[in-house]
Amino acid sequence: MNIAPNRVEIHNEWDIVRARQSGRERAKELGFGHVDQARIATAISELARNIYLYAKHGEIIISVIDGEKRGISIIAEDNGPGIRDLRKAMEDGYTTSGGLGAGLPGVKRLMDDFDIVSEEGQGTKITAKKYLR
Amino acid sequence: MEAAPVVTLINKRRSEIVVRWKEYMEERKDSSSIIDGRTIETTNDNFVDLIFDYLADNQSQDRLNNLMGRILALGWPLSYLTNGVHIFRRVVSTLIIESEMEKAVILDYFKAMEDLLDPIFNNLIEDATSTWENTVSIQKRALMELSAPLIPVMEYLAVMPLIGTIDTERAKLIMENLLEGVIAYRTEVVLIDITGVPVVDTMVAHHIIQAAEAVRLVGSECVLVGIRPEIAQTIVNLGIELGEFPTKSTLKKGIEYALELTNRAIVYKDKPSGLRL
Ligand SMILES: Nc1ncnc2c1ncn2[C@@H]1O[C@H](COP(=O)(O)OP(=O)(O)OP(=O)(O)O)[C@@H](O)[C@H]1O
Ligand SMILES: [Mg+2]
Repeated sequence: MNIAPNRVEIHNEWDIVRARQSGRERAKELGFGHVDQARIATAISELARNIYLYAKHGEIIISVIDGEKRGISIIAEDNGPGIRDLRKAMEDGYTTSGGLGAGLPGVKRLMDDFDIVSEEGQGTKITAKKYLR
Repeated sequence: MEAAPVVTLINKRRSEIVVRWKEYMEERKDSSSIIDGRTIETTNDNFVDLIFDYLADNQSQDRLNNLMGRILALGWPLSYLTNGVHIFRRVVSTLIIESEMEKAVILDYFKAMEDLLDPIFNNLIEDATSTWENTVSIQKRALMELSAPLIPVMEYLAVMPLIGTIDTERAKLIMENLLEGVIAYRTEVVLIDITGVPVVDTMVAHHIIQAAEAVRLVGSECVLVGIRPEIAQTIVNLGIELGEFPTKSTLKKGIEYALELTNRAIVYKDKPSGLRL
């Protein structure tokens, strides 16, 4: 299997589709079931769309976790405006764009591991992982 | 306007140019192998004649537009057409060089030739591109019309099957078609079937919820059907509240539910033999 990370640059809506297709494929190769494939694709969709909406552009990096536990790692990185109040952003229903405000807390629930680093005016980096059972 | 000396030269040596031009075009034939030999021959004749017609006629903008229209009407690949112009240039350059005129004169001829052929080349690319852009936008429109159809199934009941990715543009169309259709067909219940939607993320869910609310405002009801098990899971994980928005797993169950809402039911005339009811 190809272990090299897959990077998808996000500039427009179709890049979001490319990123989640690539994630779903990788998840399938790794042996994730139907439901987990859908969870992973959806998580990528949320993170990529946030990049497109709030940072204009950035990158999704999909890679294989090949350690004691096997799984998939998704990194969403941008140099956009960053998030001032991370706690709020992680609350269900918090949105600055008139959305549902379900994206970030949703990704946390869809995946097994979730880590977010954000600096106002610097950008945002989110790492989300899902392990094979 | 008096014809430039290079035009005179080109016209005087016409038959020679045509022969050489065709030789070169023959060599390049494999690049357009979709076209058979006979057609290539006539097309080459047409093409080179068109260029000569244009050169003979003082090269006005009108004539140029006319030339483009006729060339593009031939329907040949752009690579073949640009290649044809390039080869024409090469043949004429060779003629100029072979004339062994003074260097300064040769340079003048070259410049005149460029001035003559550049507009053809540029217009060719421009016109072909805008033709394609036009075609693409027409096809895009056609796809859009197909992308969120509202189908009146029976009295008071319509179905909107969604197949494929939903982007912002399509989400807008879903809303428009729903409202327009609901009013036009006097629909009471609309089933939105998402069996064919690959990913339901917060953005898609949000648009569907908004569309359903709008439908409710005009006095009808939306039912979400075709929710695959994995989609049901991700919607729950995302924590999306579908609220009072009814959902059914299959289109069939959705239709039964819709009939019930409108005080109707499916009744069999005779109990079909072999069919357990
Ligand atoms: N990459 C990012 N850069 C800057 N701000 C962000 C980024 N991602 C999220 N945010 C901020 O965090 C808020 C919450 O994000 P979240 O994805 O949870 O909800 P949303 O995008 O507003 O709506 P939804 O995802 O439900 O459509 C956003 O409204 C936005 O202000
Ligand atoms: Mg979001």
